[in-house]
Amino acid sequence: MRRADHSVAALAELEARARAVRRATVQMAHTGRTPHVGSALSCVDILIALYFHALRIDPPAPDPDDDAFVMSKGHGCMAYYATLAERGYFPPTLLATYARDGGTLPEHPMPGGAPGIEVATGSLGHGLPIAAGLALARKIDRRAGRVFVLLSDGECNEGSVWEAAMFAAGRQLDNVVAIIDYNGLQAMGRCDDITALSPLAEKWRAFGWAVCEVDGHDVAALVRTFDALPLAPGRPSVIVARTVKGKGVSFMENETEWHYRPPSADDLARALEEIGG
Amino acid sequence: MRNAFVRALTDAAAADPRIMLLTGDLGFKLFDDFAQRYPGRFLNVGVAEATMAGVATGLALAGKRPFIYSIVPFATMRCYEQVRDDICYHRANVTVVGVGGGYSYGPNGPTHHALEDVAVMRVLPNMTVLCPGDPAETVAAVRALIAHEGPAYLRLGRAGEPDVHPAPVAFRIGESLVLRAGDDVALLSTGNMLATAVAAAELLARRGIGCEVVSMPTVKPLDTGRIDAAARRVRLLATLEEHSLFGGFGGAVAEHLAGSPGAPRLWRFAAPDRFASSCGAQDYYRRLHGLTPAAIAERVAELLAGAP
Repeated sequence: MRRADHSVAALAELEARARAVRRATVQMAHTGRTPHVGSALSCVDILIALYFHALRIDPPAPDPDDDAFVMSKGHGCMAYYATLAERGYFPPTLLATYARDGGTLPEHPMPGGAPGIEVATGSLGHGLPIAAGLALARKIDRRAGRVFVLLSDGECNEGSVWEAAMFAAGRQLDNVVAIIDYNGLQAMGRCDDITALSPLAEKWRAFGWAVCEVDGHDVAALVRTFDALPLAPGRPSVIVARTVKGKGVSFMENETEWHYRPPSADDLARALEEIGG
Repeated sequence: MRNAFVRALTDAAAADPRIMLLTGDLGFKLFDDFAQRYPGRFLNVGVAEATMAGVATGLALAGKRPFIYSIVPFATMRCYEQVRDDICYHRANVTVVGVGGGYSYGPNGPTHHALEDVAVMRVLPNMTVLCPGDPAETVAAVRALIAHEGPAYLRLGRAGEPDVHPAPVAFRIGESLVLRAGDDVALLSTGNMLATAVAAAELLARRGIGCEVVSMPTVKPLDTGRIDAAARRVRLLATLEEHSLFGGFGGAVAEHLAGSPGAPRLWRFAAPDRFASSCGAQDYYRRLHGLTPAAIAERVAELLAGAP
């Protein structure tokens, strides 16, 4: 009912919004002097496809039948805040208070820190169990809404992710949709140099989930994937989204350094120029 | 206490459809009646306490009122960060229920002993901590919790504790219960030490020592008014708990009295700060650590006589 169409014009609009969110993200990282800009840029296209296509939501008029979203990779929340502002949950001017003394937009989301933020995260491995609880309540109450949850790849090191994966599959929570931002880089290096994370899709399949692999920067492909949900009846869905850490700013792409380094004024100018309008 | 908890919750669930009961695969046959009466509201999450706490938070954020159940160390410490970030940070309406307070599961060994839980639960913002002293207080605690909004920890003993109160009792969260009056010493008891406190007071009375017994089923928020009133009257305050000497109920009382000039001496009866190095039942550990009525009465008499 609230779905956008998939015409070329609509895709061009989504891509323009993704650029706006990327610009806001690098600006926030610079002004707030915060880390994690690479993690935030990695998930921008996923957030845009969610908030401007997949999620059945109505920001000014929340409803118990709405879809819910949990930003389990809370450290990527610059992109999350910017997407919420872009979607109209709050005025974009609020983004200027990010990581400021006395503000309500810390480097990991607070509960109720801004309109649209229901679940606080920051410690990895918490979002999927909470999402499973939100989804189970919807099943019990026979509510239509689905629960989307965005995880990082490094987050899949956490045992609680796999506990919750078994729980959701066991309870046949086909109203849960997990998206893995699979850029292959975690805090201190390549995921596969740290633990045996791959083959990631096969792990989720073995845990009873319906799995789809997609290019996490191809907005059209993300839209098609979200339109195909649930991927299988009676099973939770996971979308393993292949991404590039730092996507959209060439000198940040695939560089672990940008998990830590805030952009300087010069970095910001170059990044904004690359992202473009 | 365990059976009183399940009965009270099962009764309350009839009137409150928000109530759900989740277990981490413990409590064999204990929840059959609840599960049968309220299909879909009982859930064995599996041996996955972190997920149980997270799922309960999600359920609570969607309007449910989950109680999550396991043996104390698993219910509190295995999933501590989920209790902190998910339940407490979100002010979620989740009650963590720990069974086996103190040395209740003595023969199971130190993995199953519960001597640090009150300390780690009470330090959490937004958390309420309840340690009922007998089956009647357990029923009252469940009722108080259902009327309460926000995170809570309910510390139970096991099955088969004696009834200390001769009749049903009621308390609101933050209130204590006076069981006996006396002006020399006040025994402030929390959780499953209540029967011991009453027995110790009886022994002291026989020696002509006037002993007030206060049951404090709420450790957080503490009934500071009752503590202050006792402090003005008696010569000695003593706390009783089956928990580490550090950070628990006695610690909470000491923190409060630290700001009270002229308060009487405080003695904390508690378990020592160490893992058990020998196995035994609950009574064995109580004897070992001076937590019997006779040992407590003796020590109180010595302290009143000026012993260091």
